[in-house]
Amino acid sequence: MTPLHRRKVVRTLLARREGLLVVAGLGSPAWDCTDAGDHPLTFPLWGAMGLASMIGLGLALAQPKRRVLVVTGDGEMLMGLGSLATIGAQRPENLAIVVLDNERYGETGMQRTHTGYGVDLASAAKACGFAEARVVRRNAELEPMRSGVHRARGPLFFQVKVGAEVLPLALPPRDGSVLRHRFRETLLGKNVAGQ
Amino acid sequence: MSRKANSPSARALDWPGELHRALRTHRVGQVSYVPDAGHKRLIELCHGDGEMAVVPLTTEEEGIGLAAGAWLGGKRAALLMQSSGVGNCVNAFTLACNCGFPLLMLVTMRGEWGEFNPWQVPMGQATPEILRLSGLRSLRLERAEDAYATAAAAAKLAFEGYASVALLISQRLIGTKAFGEKP
Repeated sequence: MTPLHRRKVVRTLLARREGLLVVAGLGSPAWDCTDAGDHPLTFPLWGAMGLASMIGLGLALAQPKRRVLVVTGDGEMLMGLGSLATIGAQRPENLAIVVLDNERYGETGMQRTHTGYGVDLASAAKACGFAEARVVRRNAELEPMRSGVHRARGPLFFQVKVGAEVLPLALPPRDGSVLRHRFRETLLGKNVAGQ
Repeated sequence: MSRKANSPSARALDWPGELHRALRTHRVGQVSYVPDAGHKRLIELCHGDGEMAVVPLTTEEEGIGLAAGAWLGGKRAALLMQSSGVGNCVNAFTLACNCGFPLLMLVTMRGEWGEFNPWQVPMGQATPEILRLSGLRSLRLERAEDAYATAAAAAKLAFEGYASVALLISQRLIGTKAFGEKP
């Protein structure tokens, strides 16, 4: 079976956003989200490895009427594995996590991650109480996954097996203050964001 | 409640209650924590507060991410931990400081006043310097009667001064634990 292409996965996920709030984990997932189109309601990380899912949780609890999507990598998710338990204890219905799992640390020389040694993140998420947690391997599963992100009762966890490839960089803004402010201004309006 | 129990002087002695009152005044809507015996009552008060989403963490740095997400969504968050947890947060501080997210941490100190556990001493002693080197502002709470004013000042510095702030609650105030004592 041909492995899924990570940029195609993300383009499918973000094709029609419908007000989706997105947190992108550092490294390739942030570049993938930028490749799909830089957006003020995407918060891409340039550091703070292991925290993407927790930022998603804080956002999901603060904005219960909006859908929140965390797009991150297997290495980033492994560093914050405990956050699956923290999210499982809260069970926010509006939160989805998509892990683009190439079984590699893509930014540091393609070293194998734990998922490359057989660690099953989706089962970990399921055991932590996620409403739905599964491994995605086929193109035909992408559109149902996108639909789930927008409508299914969460928390949701998709471990998407993607090919290990080195792709052209697609860099989002690097200034954290800009990223923070544009997100708040777009979501909350000028008056609130400035306060 | 009797008039005496509700008087300012009696209230001041209930410093965890005063911390809770300061969090409410400053509209803190999310409270996360890794428990500490010194935070026992404040954690209970937050769990009993219908206007606070309370999030137990597996490790303290999760709370830095949570607070950032809360702010992106228009909510204010506070993070409770003991001083040993500050070491777990060091790289996560870059998220708050680099992006200008407000951060309010209430840290109960260990390893500084009559500590019985030597394993708490290195991190407790290093805590103020680690916070300073990581770009956080620290305020000290030494006396129960200052609890509300100090916590309110910390909250204001965080949410209106857009700063990363740690309120360090002295071990002398909390009381020193000994082996076999119930927290």
